[in-house]
Amino acid sequence: MTCTEFLAMLDDMIDNTVTREMRADLQEHLRGCEHCEVTLNTTRKTIEIYRSHEIYEMPPTLRDRLHKAIMERCKKGC
Amino acid sequence: MATIQSIANENEPHPDVALVERVKNGDISAYDELVRKYDRQIFRIAQHITQNREDAEDVMQDAFLKAYEKLDQFQGNSKFYTWLVRIAVNESLMRLRKRRTGKMVSIDEDIETDEGSVPRDLADWAPDPEQNYTQAELADILRKTIQGLPPGFRVVFVLRDVDGLSTEETAESLGLSVPAVKSRLLRARLQLRERLARYFKRKKVPREKGVKSDVH
Repeated sequence: MTCTEFLAMLDDMIDNTVTREMRADLQEHLRGCEHCEVTLNTTRKTIEIYRSHEIYEMPPTLRDRLHKAIMERCKKGC
Repeated sequence: MATIQSIANENEPHPDVALVERVKNGDISAYDELVRKYDRQIFRIAQHITQNREDAEDVMQDAFLKAYEKLDQFQGNSKFYTWLVRIAVNESLMRLRKRRTGKMVSIDEDIETDEGSVPRDLADWAPDPEQNYTQAELADILRKTIQGLPPGFRVVFVLRDVDGLSTEETAESLGLSVPAVKSRLLRARLQLRERLARYFKRKKVPREKGVKSDVH
């Protein structure tokens, strides 16, 4: 397997949607390719960081204000 | 952070189905529950697309009001959340168009870019690299980094990887094909990785301090 072929399967590897045979091939490539191992690990880390840090927090006061405005208009039939 | 969990048992109806039915029968408190359940996600998606706080506030209100008005048209073939996201994405794009008058804004145009398709920066990252920054610094880095991506990549990444929607649900929410979502997701992930590497890669330790670096 070449690095380009590995990269084409990167998302399936991360999302765990590869067959057992394909996973074995991918892991075989990883054992001999530090570059692809770094790419896989740091891409996983990228997703994890974005998933665990809210970058557009909605402050409670804003949340309450918007929520109230929505429900008031819904009660009037919009 | 809340994520949308897929339902393990597909025969079991999604809890939103009952809430939507209650709203259709005139129980407005059920809509209150739906708003509270999804307002943060809708606000986040609107912020990612419009990149403007005021617009995101307007989008969130308008999306929930429009969904309420159109609830009779919701057939339940898709999840309520997927349907709601589609409304919010359309509202967000409308706001963007208003701000950028005369400039077409679309998420379905295919963006031709080679950036990120072949990883260049292959230095490994420090262990737990985010710990080298304060929460505020990190949020700033993450915001700046994702803002540099084309809107069509940003929104696919946010729906798939942050919100936890499936590829099919993301495609449905955005009116894109499944292969288009897959292609954008890969490029978005690789571009973000490449850009974050500037902040997170393992720093070389100066040799004069007598510490051996493990950077290859």
